[in-house]
Amino acid sequence: MKEKIVIDLADLPPHGLGTASQSWWGTLAFMLIEGTGFALAIVVYLYLMSLAPPWPLDAAPPDLLAGTTLTVFLVLSVLPNIFLNRWAHQQDLRKVRIGLIAMSLVGIVPLILRAFEFPAMHIKWDQNAYGSIVWVMLGLHTTHILTDLVETLVLTCLMFSRHADNPRRFGDVNDNAMYWNFVVATWLPIYACLYWVPRL
Amino acid sequence: MTRDGDEFRDSSMGTAELHRRLAAIWSTPSGLWGALSTVDHKIIGRRYITTAFVFLALGGLLSMLMRLQLAQPEARFIGPDRYNQIFTMHGTNMMFLFAVPVMQAMAIYLVPLMVGTRNIAFPRLNAFSYWMYLAGGLLLWIAFVVDAGPDVGWFAYVPLSGPQYGAGKRADIWAQMITFTEVSALAIAVEIVVTVFKQRAPGMSLDRIPLFVWSMLVTSFLVIMAMPAIMVASTSLILDRLVGTHFFNPAEGGDVLLWQHLFWFFGHPEVYIIFLPAVGMVSAIVATFTRRPVFGYLGMVMALIATGVLAFGLWVHHMFVAGLPRLGESFFTASSMAIAVPAGLQIFCWLATMWAGRPVFKTPFLFVVGFMVIFVIGGLTGVMVASVPFDTQVHDTYFVVAHFHYVLVGGAVFPLLGAIYYWFPKFTGRMMSEVLGRWIFGLIFAGFNLTFFPMHILGLQGMPRRIYTYQPEMPWSGLNLFISFSAVILAAGFLLFFIDAIRSARSGSLASANPWGATTLEWATSSPPPPYNFARPPVVESLEPLSGDLETLPVASGLRVDRRELLTSSVVHASPEAREASPGDSIWPLWAALATTLMLIWSIFSPWAVVWGSVPIAITLIGWFWPKGVPEDEA
Repeated sequence: MKEKIVIDLADLPPHGLGTASQSWWGTLAFMLIEGTGFALAIVVYLYLMSLAPPWPLDAAPPDLLAGTTLTVFLVLSVLPNIFLNRWAHQQDLRKVRIGLIAMSLVGIVPLILRAFEFPAMHIKWDQNAYGSIVWVMLGLHTTHILTDLVETLVLTCLMFSRHADNPRRFGDVNDNAMYWNFVVATWLPIYACLYWVPRL
Repeated sequence: MTRDGDEFRDSSMGTAELHRRLAAIWSTPSGLWGALSTVDHKIIGRRYITTAFVFLALGGLLSMLMRLQLAQPEARFIGPDRYNQIFTMHGTNMMFLFAVPVMQAMAIYLVPLMVGTRNIAFPRLNAFSYWMYLAGGLLLWIAFVVDAGPDVGWFAYVPLSGPQYGAGKRADIWAQMITFTEVSALAIAVEIVVTVFKQRAPGMSLDRIPLFVWSMLVTSFLVIMAMPAIMVASTSLILDRLVGTHFFNPAEGGDVLLWQHLFWFFGHPEVYIIFLPAVGMVSAIVATFTRRPVFGYLGMVMALIATGVLAFGLWVHHMFVAGLPRLGESFFTASSMAIAVPAGLQIFCWLATMWAGRPVFKTPFLFVVGFMVIFVIGGLTGVMVASVPFDTQVHDTYFVVAHFHYVLVGGAVFPLLGAIYYWFPKFTGRMMSEVLGRWIFGLIFAGFNLTFFPMHILGLQGMPRRIYTYQPEMPWSGLNLFISFSAVILAAGFLLFFIDAIRSARSGSLASANPWGATTLEWATSSPPPPYNFARPPVVESLEPLSGDLETLPVASGLRVDRRELLTSSVVHASPEAREASPGDSIWPLWAALATTLMLIWSIFSPWAVVWGSVPIAITLIGWFWPKGVPEDEA
């Protein structure tokens, strides 16, 4: 078939940012998958609760200190994350490097606090179904913090390498920042479910 | 960083020079290494389709073994334990290794071509997805060969599959195979969504998307929303079995029905994950062979979306005999009947298209006609079993076996076979045999009905599913023998299909770019397409870009020819947004899949695998994503 050129697109940018980039949409799709997973975990929690007259089963409600501290910390962590996101939009390499180091450190703290959350539940995973779902919910969310931390660390190394000064990399930083906001946002309903539903 | 010179652009380049340059940058190198590291959606798509059909043949062999055993009462050909493995393998294999993957595989090949782009979004994830799928299939089949195949039914109900009754590793193999196939299916779903959202040809606004692409978009969203449920379920099952959690243990506050809820919250949308792509295939074939666009485009799209939404409100109709509250059952009866509305709407739109068009009864169209007959019968028995009192009678009998084979084989395999005949020239550059095609259709259509229709009667006579034999006093032996003979006709049809496909791929008559006179973009390029699909990206001005006596194809220029480049466009209007790079070949997806396979199989035996097995995965993922300083990385 013969071709007829009807439009010349040489002036288009060689890479799309934000909603123009595929990886932004890909990140969103993966957030939808994982968000569905979190929602299902909460549904399982409520389902098991609906079957058990005394809830939590054979355990006191979780201690609030570690989980609440972590929640406050996570909410506050959104602040530096917003700055990092803004700097990445401005493609300011120096500030992005600082922001990434900050967010790497920020990513480590919840893991330490999380170590105190598991014992605060007063139950082990193999004691009863309450223990099982509580540990799985905490574990699932911990995995998300951990994977985002590893991703942030790799990005930090990358931004100190010769590949750094590239709009594509700044787009990666934006996507990573969006993903951290997702990790924080998914924690809030889980926190409410784990710590406050047993107190209702 | 970018070298903006005309010598790197396609704008003023002659056709021969342009093809030479594009081939140099997009081709997969020959040899083993090239084959292992390719990210070409067409090569991976063909690989996926072929593998899925191999699993179809294996699953078919299992069903013939079952028919051999059931042909007479008190047969001693297969023992009860092996029979349990065989029917579990048959269902698991057909659902997870054939039906879902083959539909997504067709999309991997066709969607990028139909939206006029050069490769799928995230092509390396696509390669990874295939390796994960292959590893999951091998895990299941190797386990079966060494007598460790799952024996708990394709939906692996607890407590049978739980730690108390499911000794050994058989149920774990099933559960972990789920992880493999769901990871691969979810990866494809993400790729399809992003390809359809962001890589459509300039001008292909939402109302100009081919119906097959719409159907795959809706299907992909179903995968994204439904598959996490089965991953939660299978992971909980493995945890119950490996580290002593109590999700499904009623003695410690768990619940066995929780499994059924989670499984069917996935399992019912799964039916539509298989059926909706078939709907898209039927629409494509009907439009081409009636020589007119499908009647009621907007209604068809709305019906696809409505089916997708309703699919999530039906799962409890699989649990009518589980003892749920009456009100819940009534709700799910109503929703199960409601989904017949969009399905009926689509059937009537196709009928209207045929009525108004000039049907050409080639093999692909024959399979569509067969689909309509069989699927409507399956739909009618579906409305019957949606009613609780009737379902209570026939639950777990051969009536249900007949019903879902009518729905799944009629609703998905017939359109799929039609689609293979239809798109085979695009896949291979050669036509399949029209004469053999008619024989194959006749054998499969007759063989299918003769095999499965009598099962309705067997079910009404009370023959339960999943029994390895029955006593001579039961009134079932005559029909069973008849069914077993009929199954040979059905198998002969499939055997002939495989022979025709293999023979045609080697020596079928050569196909032109558009042998059927179709109107969608995949037919605008040669058969098979070059590695870059289109020398210049097509520009779309109507729903049927190749309609009428089109001699020149409107295209866009200005893309670089010294790196893999394609166009990204806006979601609604498909206005061009960027000349985006498309990642080149890489061996890392294979390494990442091997590392993931190691971790997943190890974790059947030890929970520490999740800790230590994650290290190689992380290393391979970093290797995958670390920039290599290639032109595709420029921005």
